[in-house]
Amino acid sequence: MHVPTKLLDDPADAVTDALRGLAAVHPELTVDLEHHVVSRNHDHSGDHRPGKVGLVSGGGSGHEPLHAGFVGLGMLDAAACGAVFTSPVPDQVLAATTAASSGGGVVHVVKNYTGDVLNFQMAAELADDEDIAVETVLVDDDVAVTDSLYTAGRRGTGGTLFVEKVLGAAAEEGMALAELAALGRDVVSRSRSFGVALSPCTTPGSDRPGFDLEPGEMELGIGIHGEPGRRRVPVPATGVAREVARTSVAAIADDMPLDGEELLLLVNGMGGTPLLELQVLAGDVVTELTARGARIGRALVGNHVTSLEMAGSMVSVCRATPQLLQLWDAPVRTPALRWGA
Amino acid sequence: MGRVSPALTAAGVRDWLQRFATAVDTHASDLTDLDRPIGDSDHGVNLQRGMHAVLAALDAAEPATPGAALVKAGSTLVSTVGGASGPLLGTLLRRTGKALGDAESADGPAFAAALRAGLDAVVALGGAHVGDATLVDALAPAVEALEAGGSAQEAADAAARGAASTDELVARKGRASYLGERGIGQRDPGAASIALLIAALTEDAS
Repeated sequence: MHVPTKLLDDPADAVTDALRGLAAVHPELTVDLEHHVVSRNHDHSGDHRPGKVGLVSGGGSGHEPLHAGFVGLGMLDAAACGAVFTSPVPDQVLAATTAASSGGGVVHVVKNYTGDVLNFQMAAELADDEDIAVETVLVDDDVAVTDSLYTAGRRGTGGTLFVEKVLGAAAEEGMALAELAALGRDVVSRSRSFGVALSPCTTPGSDRPGFDLEPGEMELGIGIHGEPGRRRVPVPATGVAREVARTSVAAIADDMPLDGEELLLLVNGMGGTPLLELQVLAGDVVTELTARGARIGRALVGNHVTSLEMAGSMVSVCRATPQLLQLWDAPVRTPALRWGA
Repeated sequence: MGRVSPALTAAGVRDWLQRFATAVDTHASDLTDLDRPIGDSDHGVNLQRGMHAVLAALDAAEPATPGAALVKAGSTLVSTVGGASGPLLGTLLRRTGKALGDAESADGPAFAAALRAGLDAVVALGGAHVGDATLVDALAPAVEALEAGGSAQEAADAAARGAASTDELVARKGRASYLGERGIGQRDPGAASIALLIAALTEDAS
């Protein structure tokens, strides 16, 4: 007999029920249960700004709070929520784009996964048919994918949060469409991430984990679904956080100079790792970064870009500029990220 | 063994896709298992949902021509499947249908040419070529078999061989590409489902 281990009513309705719950506790959000689109409820918040560039993201569900949890003042205007680990279809992305559009065009923030890229691309064409100008910012921050000529390219992972926060703030300040997209591409070029899985995750309704990881093994260089990265290694008997910090920072530093840089830092949990452990990791990551001559400008620690209940971490950094720090500090009021507003 | 020619009609497209949907139902868990090593595990389920929607859409719209039926089927797949499979399979059917135009029926050469247009659209969209361990490895040999005047069975055999060839390839596109050499020994799920689609052209397929 199948014994449920997940807090669900019907696994088949997991995404719909989660969005219904989000709607129930966040009147400042509009939740379109047909299209699985979450957008800002301007009637409630009174912050409608005609001509503001709309910021839309989305992707498979199961990465909460990404993306629906980042809809609100200072961040996204709308998020399209696909099935678990499956990109939304073009109709959903178009519905999100329409909801986010108030005349100034719309930026799509897209993680570099084949399904996300194709569906957002088709949605952008549909939006063009409706005279909504769309610019796409493709996030590909994951350093674990090295031979990108022979793969679908670097994946979009934790750095997505930097892009969404910075562009959200810039859009509130009235930045125009092309300028905003260029800023987004600059943030991507300054961002790098490296993920580690200590356990796999199981999608709702499935009776098996998405991949197998033996006790005592960890997978280095994962994407946000636990897809394999660089290699699988034994978990050290002691100093696990130190080892993960060392490996993650070394992988990032091999790819992008950190010496003398002031960084935005995200020490992200994959959903199954408690904050206590992430704080241990954060301390070790800061030690590694400062030993390499970097300074921590701003840091965020917690489960922000997750893979259901997977245990593990993702270290993301963005080389800051005064402008990026100012935009990072700008007010944000969303279910999952909130300061200064 | 049924030839595609003569005369693939709107009803013929409905029957073809009905047989494909049945095959997807039968093999859903196999397709999902193929998808599992790359951390997604939903190809079978997604395709099942899409094909049930396709059959419902065809019954509701009753398209008059094989081209219209394929366009309807493709658009429905794009709108229901998600992931990479929805846009790619949907584009294949939609562009094959568009290439057939308003013709009442399509004979073998016309269908082969239309399926070539579908293949070209898939390549343009996804950027994969033969040897990248994607659905193109199953689709391209099937198109070539039909262009050479082969029967539906010959096309199905070519597609099956093409799908099997992905076992030994290192994927260069899609999520499987992250497996690198660890993907050797893994059949591409998209190629496996295309092999089912082409096999469904034969009337005794199930």
